[in-house]
Amino acid sequence: MSHNGTVARIDDFRSWFMDKLLMGMSWPEYMRKMLTPFNVLAAIILSVGIPVIGMRFIYGLSAVTHASHDYPWGLTLGWGLFGGVPLSATGFIMATAYYIFGFKGYKPLVRLGVLVGFMGYLFAVIYLLTDIGRPWRIYYPMLMGFGTASVLFLVAWHVATYLTVQFLEFSPAILEWLRSTRVRRWANMITIAMTIAGIILSTLHQSALGAMFLLAPGKLHPLWYSSYIPHFFLSSSVYAALAMVIIVSALVVRFMRKSTDTNFRDNLDRLTIGLGKGAFIGMFVYFALKLIGVAHDDHWGLLATPYGYWFALEMIGFVLLPSLVLVYGVKKESAGIVRMGAAYAVIGVLLNRINVSIIAFNWQMPDHLHHIIPPWQETAMVLAIVTIHILLFRWIVNRMPVVRKEPGYDEH
Amino acid sequence: MGKIPKGSEKDHEGDEMCVSEKKEKQQDHSGVSRRKFLKAATLVGCTAVIANPSNASAYKEFEGWPDRYGMLTDFTLCVGCRSCEKACNEANGLPAPERSFDDGSVFNEMRRPTQDAYTVVNRYQDPNEPDKPVYRKIQCNHCNEPACASACPIHAYTKTKEGPVLYDPDLCFGCRYCMIACPFNVPAYDYDSALEPKIVKCVMCYDRIKEGGIPACADACPAGAVTFGKRDDLLKLAKKRIYQKPDRYIDHVYGEHEVGGTGWLYISGVPFEDLGFPKDLPNKPPIELTKGFLGAVPVVFTVWPALFGTIYAALKHRDELENNKTEHQVKEEGEK
Ligand code: SF4
Ligand code: SF4
Ligand code: SF4
Repeated sequence: MSHNGTVARIDDFRSWFMDKLLMGMSWPEYMRKMLTPFNVLAAIILSVGIPVIGMRFIYGLSAVTHASHDYPWGLTLGWGLFGGVPLSATGFIMATAYYIFGFKGYKPLVRLGVLVGFMGYLFAVIYLLTDIGRPWRIYYPMLMGFGTASVLFLVAWHVATYLTVQFLEFSPAILEWLRSTRVRRWANMITIAMTIAGIILSTLHQSALGAMFLLAPGKLHPLWYSSYIPHFFLSSSVYAALAMVIIVSALVVRFMRKSTDTNFRDNLDRLTIGLGKGAFIGMFVYFALKLIGVAHDDHWGLLATPYGYWFALEMIGFVLLPSLVLVYGVKKESAGIVRMGAAYAVIGVLLNRINVSIIAFNWQMPDHLHHIIPPWQETAMVLAIVTIHILLFRWIVNRMPVVRKEPGYDEH
Repeated sequence: MGKIPKGSEKDHEGDEMCVSEKKEKQQDHSGVSRRKFLKAATLVGCTAVIANPSNASAYKEFEGWPDRYGMLTDFTLCVGCRSCEKACNEANGLPAPERSFDDGSVFNEMRRPTQDAYTVVNRYQDPNEPDKPVYRKIQCNHCNEPACASACPIHAYTKTKEGPVLYDPDLCFGCRYCMIACPFNVPAYDYDSALEPKIVKCVMCYDRIKEGGIPACADACPAGAVTFGKRDDLLKLAKKRIYQKPDRYIDHVYGEHEVGGTGWLYISGVPFEDLGFPKDLPNKPPIELTKGFLGAVPVVFTVWPALFGTIYAALKHRDELENNKTEHQVKEEGEK
């Protein structure tokens, strides 16, 4: 009797395991399915990157980074924190559009936006944990000492809180996956409060990441240093988020078609064009703000210097041009062109963050451009974290109802 | 979410306490009892916080602890003997250097303070007399309103009332934002340590000056290039030297106003840019530059919920009207 019970329970567990974790396949089937070129590449990257991350924790930061006293921040934070956070504004932008402003048509993309945002913040924290000297003290700004005059104090608090908010926002998908009903009702009820909390926290910490550089006027090149930098960071994160949703949704349809439902696929082109429109409007606003910034500080003269050319290239080649591609795509009603423009725009935002945090920072140091080339170990570390990010994203989208509806769960 | 407003409240409480304490100190001699004043100041402070969340004005009046110490380096006197480096190394128990302190080859490169050296001396060329070397000693400048302290999210730095800016490794989690913020690139990080990495920088020999002594480097300098004393007195001394020998010095005391004033002052015969000092630093303390931003935080916290809450309610109401629902029907539905 009890023996039978155990067998039944094991069977239950096996079917749960296959259903939930192996996507309804058996182990051998699942393993065979996993052997794809992408996975092989991922395995290679991880087999190099993970030992390097291990080295960082055993031998200290000097084993994997430049360990420079003049360049305390390198690729890990420039890419992972300053680049990653604006691209993760997706959750706050999509939730605000849908829940607050009532753009109901974008429903199929809301969960995707929230997931991309949540994971973006999660990984920003992971980059931070690999880069700070004593990661096990990560909670110190919350408990041990309050640097209340510090912008980073604000960022720490907001990122931590917002991560929780985003987890709650995404939790209905997890609960549906686990087929729970009770808690889900509660999760739905707090959506509006969570969304408004998300707006507050996002506007503040997106701009705060820019405000962090306000402390360093002598070090950041004057074309990038501006008292408007918080506004630049916030406004560019808005269009970065729209562009990210466009790109990620396209990749999902292309590479994870089975996880999408017809509702998602049929609406995607139309929604993509709508998002593209929002994105180029955002880019025009950003471009105008940047011009006002240069005019306000009267830095026109600096444009005729090498850093000025670089600045002009960023502004024209990576803000204005991608926005025109988007305009063209929207006008032609071509989702394909809009997607290209969106990818281009995202590259532009990344370039801006790398410029502020790495290329235009310490620009007066002798041999500056030589110093900012990251060592291969740091690059391998970052690549490994990017890979884990993608794998985890795929794992979730393949299993949880993100870009499809879960049968038995109606609208909310 | 609930904790955030608390955090930002604390923010201002902290600021306010700070200022109250400072005020208290200034008023001490006028016979107001400490306790009473502290109580009053805290009360006033709290009211001020309620009335004026950004509370920026209170800061500006504070010009630093009156009797704080400082240092003066006179580059026209420095002979590049590196006795200060040696004395600092010994006084602070730092690891033995790779090249001995009388090895002149170190001057072939530009060095900076590191995890093993609080201070270093570099050699520059006098632009007017290329044969004549000029030496510059580098270390923490013990700013009046230090950028490093404004940057640190854990408050690991303290500007002591004696003048030195001190760092507490027990609080630091190693984000290195202080290094980003320091206008003089002073703090170094002990990247080699996996378990206990920390920031390293000159402490102005705090323990020695508390016991009435003078910093080791000033003590060791055979040429009298490094002088220790009250910052106010040193400023007068610096200006007197420039006044008495206008041909010998350029007419500028570096650190009098830069980034709100530094505890360590410098006079020189060659322009400071030629000695690698950062130029175009603003005269206001860096913290002033972020105050506007931080002042907007409480506004966002109060205005955004109202604004977006209203938008949400208004649009929802419009939808309901569009769906031709009467109030009654809506209510019924709500009850279901
Ligand atoms: S010189 Fe740099 S490290 Fe020293 S007190 Fe000033 S800001 Fe801080
Ligand atoms: S590295 Fe340490 S001392 Fe410097 S800002 Fe970060 S926590 Fe503060
Ligand atoms: S004041 Fe003390 S700690 Fe600072 S450089 Fe001089 S000897 Fe070293």
